[in-house]
Amino acid sequence: MSKYNTHLLVCAGTGCHSSESNLVYEMLRDEVMRKGLDKTVQIIRTGCFGFCEKGPILKILPDNTFYTQVKPTDAREIIDEHVIKGRKVTRLLYADPETNSPILNSTQMSFYKKQLRVALRNCGAIDPENIDESIARDAYQALGKVLLEYTPQETIDVIKQSGLRGRGGAGFSTGLKWELTARNESTQKYVVCNADEGDPGAFMDRSILEGDPHVILEAMAICGFCIGANKGLIYIRAEYPMAIKRLKIAISQAKEYGLMGERIFDSDFSFDITLKYGAGAFVCGEETALIHSMEGKRGEPSNKPPYPAQSGYLGKPTCVNNVETFANVPVIILKGADWFSSIGTAKSKGTKVFALAGKINNVGLIEVPMGTTLREIIYEIGGGIKNGKKFKAVQTGGPSGGCLTEKHLDTPIDYESLAAAGSMMGSGGMIVLDEDDCMVSVAKFYLDFIVEESCGKCVPCRIGNKRLYETLDRITVGKGKPEDIEKLKNLCSVIKDTSLCGLGQTSPNPVLSTLNNFMEEYHEHVYEKKCRSGKCRSLLYYVISEEECIGCMACKRVCPTHAISGEKKEVHQINQEICIKCGACMEKCQFDAIHLQNDYPKVTAII
Amino acid sequence: MHTMNGIKTLADLKRKQEEVKSRIDLRNRAENPDSLVQVKVAMATCGIASGAKEVMEYFVEELDKRRIDAVVTQTGCMGYCFAEPTVEITLPGKEPMVFGYVNARKADEIIERYIKEGELVDGIIPRNYNTI
Repeated sequence: MSKYNTHLLVCAGTGCHSSESNLVYEMLRDEVMRKGLDKTVQIIRTGCFGFCEKGPILKILPDNTFYTQVKPTDAREIIDEHVIKGRKVTRLLYADPETNSPILNSTQMSFYKKQLRVALRNCGAIDPENIDESIARDAYQALGKVLLEYTPQETIDVIKQSGLRGRGGAGFSTGLKWELTARNESTQKYVVCNADEGDPGAFMDRSILEGDPHVILEAMAICGFCIGANKGLIYIRAEYPMAIKRLKIAISQAKEYGLMGERIFDSDFSFDITLKYGAGAFVCGEETALIHSMEGKRGEPSNKPPYPAQSGYLGKPTCVNNVETFANVPVIILKGADWFSSIGTAKSKGTKVFALAGKINNVGLIEVPMGTTLREIIYEIGGGIKNGKKFKAVQTGGPSGGCLTEKHLDTPIDYESLAAAGSMMGSGGMIVLDEDDCMVSVAKFYLDFIVEESCGKCVPCRIGNKRLYETLDRITVGKGKPEDIEKLKNLCSVIKDTSLCGLGQTSPNPVLSTLNNFMEEYHEHVYEKKCRSGKCRSLLYYVISEEECIGCMACKRVCPTHAISGEKKEVHQINQEICIKCGACMEKCQFDAIHLQNDYPKVTAII
Repeated sequence: MHTMNGIKTLADLKRKQEEVKSRIDLRNRAENPDSLVQVKVAMATCGIASGAKEVMEYFVEELDKRRIDAVVTQTGCMGYCFAEPTVEITLPGKEPMVFGYVNARKADEIIERYIKEGELVDGIIPRNYNTI
């Protein structure tokens, strides 16, 4: 094999792919061929680097150069300048958001400094379509170790001792789940990987599947060995074509190498994995609904018990784990339970991947040890709030989670602390909001999602959430009544107590947490008909300035509802009760006399 | 359904890993460059014209052969055009040292005496500037 002295890693995750990283790859490859460098320069398409906002990403090794927003046309300059002459292309280097100076070495980027990549350890480091690169990074060693050296119970004990908990949201002990499934006797059992990632803005599972598919296959086989299952199923949404493609490649490569299939490592253990496609319904992330969907039935949840560990897919004992949970398993086996449990807080061990989004400088995928504070994530890794605005809140846990505020910034993040603060870990969505965001509208946004995605099986979720949405909608258009706030609270607690599945029970969280933390904004909307952020258009008022208006009648003539009064050469006035806020007057006014304000205007003269 | 590639034992897997490891060695090393020997070869026009490319290839191959964990990179013109090819070597925890007129023989001496033993050898160019 020839010796490469330079590696060009081109991100081929969905984010970068959609901004033409495949073309960047091809142009770089052509340029390398043309310059006769193909013996010394290796170009690899990798999984996600996490820095999706600035994609396509190109990382050059060994000098750790991090280029962002690389265009196909930049390929020649990169090869000529960087690869041949050793001069970095400064204009493409990642610039520090605070100082705006380019960073020469990616190890100096504050985005990566505080991160600890365990589940994402191979994302961005290997070619996910080449099993050899995975093997070079220890893939299938853990599987070999448990098959040849451990009993199933010993393996389960390692996972239990490590303290690994489900990364899909609820945080149930993974080792315990395996043990419960193992105890149920049956001739046929199943391992299911839940890759039905549905939270708005969340893409950690997709990135793991795209960047390191073998880790999931290996972990599912380890789980199968522990619980006594020889069949694995990955339930993945059909909207993830790239993840599906790479999983298929990975499965066929693993089979070819004998690492999947009959009698793995010459042991008595056989394991096979098939893919099942979901149509992208949020509720199918709930394990009973997921199982029904795989069986070809409607994706609706059912009552627990029986738990899937007793009666799951086709009525057989089934262990359902999330993608990120699985991604932690092989490394725990190789490095030991003590290593894993030394990371994190008292009850939450290891790391967590978050999809950082919203009004933040560094949008992307991050992985931090449990117990990292929101302040560290937002200000150090995230690089602070965009455009120097003021931080208002951060929404975690998706539609089942809630909003945390300034006072939670120094809380170490783990399952317990997030729940205590009225939110939840969820699958790891993290949306940062600034002073321009209206909290009532944020709650309404999530309720809109819930109403859309409710499966409709139980009444509290189907009708209750619809009523919640309508009430919130009324408040945002200025038609909220004082009693609405109390009604919201009551309805939330009824939905929480009486919904069938976990999704329904947590669906009022966005409303409850904004009511708890931002009651004053609800009051302003209801009593003062005011939205401080200006997001609620109905609560913005067109007013005519007395100083600037010359009384030309132009606005009066264009007003479709005749809301403007005033005679020629007199200051005009807008009747807020009739105004439909079309903005025609403001457009027509030649003297910039018409403004928008978010306080209900005082009437200065009798109309 | 085992093919000739079939991995049947942990030893098979380890052997396979040894075989394919060189694919990503450089990537693993780059994660922690400060603990390794860093070799920078000046590859500007003047350097390439005087044979820097061959010198760089020599370093890459020989350091690997002699099992020395090192990161070999190229850099731009260091300004010592009179002494090309020039190579800057940084041993862990030490100040960078620049060597001039490096050819394969000189490179061999640098590896054996400076990199392995820390002895200074002829051809050091005193640094006449500071970087920030």
